[in-house]
Amino acid sequence: MIGRLVPIILFVLLGLLLAVGLKIADHKTEIPSPLIGKKIPEFSLPALGQADVTITNEDLIGQPFLINVWASWCPTCRIEHPYVEELAASGRLRVIGLNYRDEEEDALAWLEYFGDPYALNMADVSGRTAIDFGVYAAPESFLVDADGYILFKQIGMLTPEIIEKEILPRIQPAGSGQP
Amino acid sequence: MISSQLKIFLAVVTVVLMVPAFAAGEPLIFTDPEKEARYQQLTVELRCLVCQNQNLADSDAPLAQDLRREIYDMMQAGRTDDEIKQFLIDRYGDFVLYKPPVKSNTLVLWLMPAVLLFGGALVVIIVVRKRGLNPGGQEEESS
Repeated sequence: MIGRLVPIILFVLLGLLLAVGLKIADHKTEIPSPLIGKKIPEFSLPALGQADVTITNEDLIGQPFLINVWASWCPTCRIEHPYVEELAASGRLRVIGLNYRDEEEDALAWLEYFGDPYALNMADVSGRTAIDFGVYAAPESFLVDADGYILFKQIGMLTPEIIEKEILPRIQPAGSGQP
Repeated sequence: MISSQLKIFLAVVTVVLMVPAFAAGEPLIFTDPEKEARYQQLTVELRCLVCQNQNLADSDAPLAQDLRREIYDMMQAGRTDDEIKQFLIDRYGDFVLYKPPVKSNTLVLWLMPAVLLFGGALVVIIVVRKRGLNPGGQEEESS
């Protein structure tokens, strides 16, 4: 009797395994960042389009902000762009651009065409600062608190759902809607 | 006549064989063959985060080029292999290593092959014993 149940149990287990595999298929290539809970890395980058202006990690600290890694060559960045604009326009969070491995001319033309939601934009032409952030694709976004600690990292595009459920609740003052 | 054709042939062959050496992008020049061997070993052991089934040595992704350059610079600065690996783990996590360390969250990964092997052996032993008791080969159902 038990012998007959064994194949059925194995089948159910296999089915479960496949179901779990399908469920996480979209997220399989996402790598959890070891930087969450740590301070943002030190950097010193020129502002996009203003080579004589330098932006450092210290300049950003003081209030929460979102670092959005983008590039003119990145098609997904175009798709998320309206949501980034909406977030920046709402005034609920400062959005800082990290222009990743881009040509200055292309990046400026891109902003001209699609609109510029960024409070500041840093140009990481070599991609060296992006390595310190553990960036491996664009777009990526890092939510950073007022003291410069990374609270959350989004790999891939931002959506209204992620902004509402993952990003904004994390920067609300304690006790007001914190899950 | 033949020798000049042969020369052209050899020249073509040489060029074709040279291509793979440069295909992966920037030429990184090592003066110390021991360092070069270490570099080759390291980039094979490290995963490209963009094309996750490729190692850093094989990948053409821009990030892989950046990371190879970074590894090269760190080696020239005299950093050890462990320091270089730690540099990458600090930024990208254990996933960057093809051989992850044994930790509580990788225990299943490390133990599963042994568990499956012993489980399989156990099944084989049980089946063989049962067959041994019934030389006819037909299993007797006692229900």
